[in-house]
Amino acid sequence: MAPPRKRRPGYDRKAQYGLFASYVIAITGAIAALLLVIVSAADPAGFAVLRASVAEVTRPISATLRSLVLTIGNLDEVASAYISAGGQNVALRRQVEATRTRLIEADALKQENIRLKRLLGLADEEGDVVASGRLIASTSSGSRRIARLDIGSRRGVETGMPVRAAEGLVGRVLWAGLNTADILLLVDSENVVPVRRARDNIPGISRGLDDGTVEVRALNAEGNPFKPGDVFVTSGIGGIYRPNIPVAVAARVEGDRAIAIPLANPGRVELVVVQRTFQSAEARAPGIVALPPPTAAPAPPAQPAPTKPAPVKPVPAPPTASNATGGTTGNSAGPPRP
Amino acid sequence: MKARYARLGRARSPLRVRGTPIATVMLGSLLPSLIPAVALSPAVPPLGLMMLLGWRLLRPELWPLWIGLPLGFFDDIVTGHPVGTAMCLWTMVLIVIDSVSIRLIWRDYWQDWLIASAAIIGVTAMSWLFMKTFGSGGGGGPLTHQLPQVLLSVLTFPLVARQCARLDRWRLP
Repeated sequence: MAPPRKRRPGYDRKAQYGLFASYVIAITGAIAALLLVIVSAADPAGFAVLRASVAEVTRPISATLRSLVLTIGNLDEVASAYISAGGQNVALRRQVEATRTRLIEADALKQENIRLKRLLGLADEEGDVVASGRLIASTSSGSRRIARLDIGSRRGVETGMPVRAAEGLVGRVLWAGLNTADILLLVDSENVVPVRRARDNIPGISRGLDDGTVEVRALNAEGNPFKPGDVFVTSGIGGIYRPNIPVAVAARVEGDRAIAIPLANPGRVELVVVQRTFQSAEARAPGIVALPPPTAAPAPPAQPAPTKPAPVKPVPAPPTASNATGGTTGNSAGPPRP
Repeated sequence: MKARYARLGRARSPLRVRGTPIATVMLGSLLPSLIPAVALSPAVPPLGLMMLLGWRLLRPELWPLWIGLPLGFFDDIVTGHPVGTAMCLWTMVLIVIDSVSIRLIWRDYWQDWLIASAAIIGVTAMSWLFMKTFGSGGGGGPLTHQLPQVLLSVLTFPLVARQCARLDRWRLP
């Protein structure tokens, strides 16, 4: 078949100009788009408002489909549970009897743990949960590994917050809309997590491989200290993820790195929990001296100034309050006032 | 026989005639992000791009060259790529197809498939390169992880082209 010859307008001057203009617009637009891509390197969550509004529209569809899929996926489990109900009942009852005493022991240990922690002045590691939600969809056609969560800033989710499931770490929030949020999964190659081996605290860096696994490299050891079967947990370095979240288990060793499989498979987890970023949770904890944020370098020398006159005059209480909320402008205005 | 030709004289609304191709390309972009599963590697073909190619190869006169900009923008927003990736690459693909089809006088089905395959491979590889070079929000693993997706896209393109032809019959009087 010969194609229609629309692209050669002949002697029609108007059509010629129109064709020329469309070429100019297309080429300029392509160059502008390339610049946009380069700019987006500085702002990975660019156009978050637009993305969020599209996500709001598609959220009910994905959520319904997701729950449908989960129901169908669990059907075999439900059916087999019915079939083996009797024997299972007996076995489970025995198991409950056996675990009850251990549960009581564990409770006592927990109480002791809390007491010891209070003695040491450690921050409480619980109470950092912002909200819980479900993963409803993902970028299945793109090369980024991003999943969509069905809760957003209305429930307190913010950019950068870590997301975990009961089994282990899932990822961190890339951007949050009103009722949706996108999560950069642990298995994406841009997601770097400081980890340590659970057994003996050898520090390492976990990085996604974009195929459902992560690689773990040792930070300071000669050679490769890792072996298959090693379990890695977050070390808390870097201030995003709090320590001791399970991350991955090493499957095999390749040269100076270990290939590990994440403990929480984002394709299978049902419920995930959004946590506060570790450092902000630490700063919030009562009874603990707030750590100065790493970005505010001039803050520490300015801080003693407003506290010094405090015994002399009871007035400077408001300046310290403005210090805490106002940032650098409050700091510079603080000392000249007394 | 009468029923078969009954639709010949009937008028179609401009929205249906002009809007169907655009709507289907946007739907193609949207569909992979609606799949209710969390994929651990790129698995679903880039349906938006395939619909765009299908319509462009079926009806060269349908769109101006710059149509890749708005449609690509929507694709970027929906698929989570850095904004500008599909805008730039889709427009470049349309320009290349335009300059190729001036030189090719006779076209057939196999050539369309070849052109579309080259476009899919090119766009996937280039968007991978974009994300590896500039992307700071993810992406950019080994290129070999794109292979299954590309293979699937190339093999399923005739199916998409067939759907475009069917939609074309539906939309036109």
